[in-house]
Amino acid sequence: MNADAALRLRGLPRDVRLRDAHASAAGIGLWVFMGVVTALFSLFTVAYVMRMSSGDAVALALPWQLWLSSALLVAGSVALEAASRRVDPARMRRLLLAGGLCAVGFLGVQLWAWGAMAHAQVLPAGNPSGSFFYLLTAMHGLHLAGGLVGWAMAARVAWADPARAGWRIALCARYWHFMLAVWLALFALLGWVTPEVARVLCGTA
Amino acid sequence: MTSSALTQDDEHDDAGHAAPQGFLRRYVWSQDHKVIAVQYACTAIAVGVVGLVLSNLMRLQLGFPGQFEFINAERYYQFVTMHGMIMVIYLLTALFLGGFGNYLIPLMVGARDMVFPYLNMLSFWVYLLSVVVLMASFFVAGGPTGAGWTLYPPQSILPGTPGHGGGIVLMLVSLLIFIVATTMGGLNYATTVLQARCRGMTLLRMPLTVWGIFVATVLALLGFPALFVSGVMLLLDRTVGTSFFMPALVSMGQLSGHKGGSPLLFQHLFWFFGHPEVYIVALPAFGIVSDLISVHARKRIFGYRTMVWAIVAIGGLSVVVWAHHMFVSGMNPYFGFFFATTTLVIAVPTAIKVYNWLLTLWRGDIHLSVPMLFALAFVCTFVIGGLTGLFLGNVSVDIPLSGTYFVVAHFHMVMGVAPLLVVFGGIYHWFPKITGRMLDDRIGRLHFWITFLGTYAIYFPMHYLGVLGMPRRYYNFDGYKFIPPSAFSLNEFITVVALVVGAAQLLFIVNLAWSAWRGRPAGANPWRAASLEWQTPETPPGHGNWGPRLPVAYRWAYAYGVPGAAEDFIAQNAPPQASDDKDDVPVSGAHGAPA
Repeated sequence: MNADAALRLRGLPRDVRLRDAHASAAGIGLWVFMGVVTALFSLFTVAYVMRMSSGDAVALALPWQLWLSSALLVAGSVALEAASRRVDPARMRRLLLAGGLCAVGFLGVQLWAWGAMAHAQVLPAGNPSGSFFYLLTAMHGLHLAGGLVGWAMAARVAWADPARAGWRIALCARYWHFMLAVWLALFALLGWVTPEVARVLCGTA
Repeated sequence: MTSSALTQDDEHDDAGHAAPQGFLRRYVWSQDHKVIAVQYACTAIAVGVVGLVLSNLMRLQLGFPGQFEFINAERYYQFVTMHGMIMVIYLLTALFLGGFGNYLIPLMVGARDMVFPYLNMLSFWVYLLSVVVLMASFFVAGGPTGAGWTLYPPQSILPGTPGHGGGIVLMLVSLLIFIVATTMGGLNYATTVLQARCRGMTLLRMPLTVWGIFVATVLALLGFPALFVSGVMLLLDRTVGTSFFMPALVSMGQLSGHKGGSPLLFQHLFWFFGHPEVYIVALPAFGIVSDLISVHARKRIFGYRTMVWAIVAIGGLSVVVWAHHMFVSGMNPYFGFFFATTTLVIAVPTAIKVYNWLLTLWRGDIHLSVPMLFALAFVCTFVIGGLTGLFLGNVSVDIPLSGTYFVVAHFHMVMGVAPLLVVFGGIYHWFPKITGRMLDDRIGRLHFWITFLGTYAIYFPMHYLGVLGMPRRYYNFDGYKFIPPSAFSLNEFITVVALVVGAAQLLFIVNLAWSAWRGRPAGANPWRAASLEWQTPETPPGHGNWGPRLPVAYRWAYAYGVPGAAEDFIAQNAPPQASDDKDDVPVSGAHGAPA
């Protein structure tokens, strides 16, 4: 009995079984990766709090562009979630495209925010609060840019063979939600954990 | 990435990628985990030889100070730094996870390949890039960094430290690249263990080697981000002029331009990675040794479940002990108490493992094969290194000893020699599966005895030097009245032995090269081992490992000496037998006793 026949006997065509296996592996792989990224940003957060508790750190006035970028990231997350629930290929593709463009827009607005900060003389090599602003936003941006690689792979499948794109888009959506959560945590950290708060957290106030 | 096909119950899938055609696809741009494992191992061993040569150059200076003009103080510190970093990161981590992990995980859990073969290939090439960047630092102006392997700021990036120009930058960049490679590999190892086990291969039927590598992978995935954070921030302090770690200071008569940074923050981040790193290396070694002892003593592993839980417990504890590396940096006494306590508590699961190894050996049919010799040597060495760890884990004992050769002796026994003995033992054990040929036994025994006795001759005396107060990290010891002449004689002796042991490693490399082509044909299962990797239809295993059908695991990997069985072992995938209830992992009952 050949392999295909054996699998058909079990009720599922071979390609469906293989696809499910890969989807399942990719899903677990993404959870593991999100664990690694969580560890990374948690450690950045600890480093931020420890460093900001020292005497030379100052509080930052964050640029308004960050609210716009946050809104774009929320929109991207919603679009991808919607795309992952659509069966109609045309709507799925439109929503998928919207999710990706929102992420690209987010990165653009983050750069705009960098420009605004630089214009306000907040430079990477100056006060630690400025250094952390650039470092944390850059790290988050790089991880989102990496997500765009996965998004591009999902988009390629969505245009070539929409029936095979479902789990890929669902994984993109999951990663987008995660990147949104990381960004909101960083935004709150940069905005609310001022040197005074950091000193209270470190017990040096 | 091509579609992968790795389900628990699909017996007819492929390896997740097409069978490679042509030399380049098969041996260079290969996505086959076995080829990638060999690529990882060869690169790690090659870079390890560089680390070995560096250590011998250091020893030349310490044994015969001033007699080798090319070893000046700068070069000495560069040798120290590069030796440490190469051995810990680029040799041991890469070899255990990228080498052993890659080869053994799919074969031991009955998978056709890693779940992400393309990512696996990428992991090796990114690792190779990190090695190339590291080696490039030997050739930049000022040479490689001489900051010590811990790269503590502020000194690591200040003028006055060798390699403060391109050397430290390349070192940090290389580490960041290495972390990317390790993460790609780690995602594969963890997901493969969780997702791609064959039918019947429950988590508690996996060989302890897989458990050790799996938990070490989890530690690597959680620990390396700390090195990444510290590496990125130190790189920015060095290149952009930020002050994450750099305080305001005057260096060479000039203000450095930095202000307010915290060197202690770097130490915390570094050791939050650095201590789990010890177990990233040790846990795979624990697992491999368990398997070697069981196979070569022809006995079921004693206390399989406690072994698994001990591995998990050690992994968990290893992330809450990091500040014991910082006792001399100063900390709140309550923190010192906390970290000393957690450090000493690790002795409990570790001791459980040692007792279980001994009880596995107890009344076993011990075959003193070369892998077994290395495994037994590991147990001795790890116990001795661990005992000196109990000294150093106590704050009050650590403070006077911390800056001395006692520490050098301790960490080389526990983290250098012990895992390397397992590396050798593992290679002697699995080489027949990898190549289909046996390593030469006589050369192997010669290699073992020179290495085992030699390393004791090197590191045992260092404990005495440390208790004498001989400081580590010193280029020379002229004019220190408290150091007696006998200490210098001892240093000469250590150097001579180190040169002999270093040269003896050539035996191993010659043996590898010669036996790969000329060695005695091994057959499929020369050690008569029960675990799955020895049950492949071809030796060396072909593409996809298992031929047309995936194996099914009917029992654990330690079915040795089963009463009533035809042979003294039952393969993990042998069809169910009458004796099976007795030789699987017990559902209840402690210490692996039959349920």
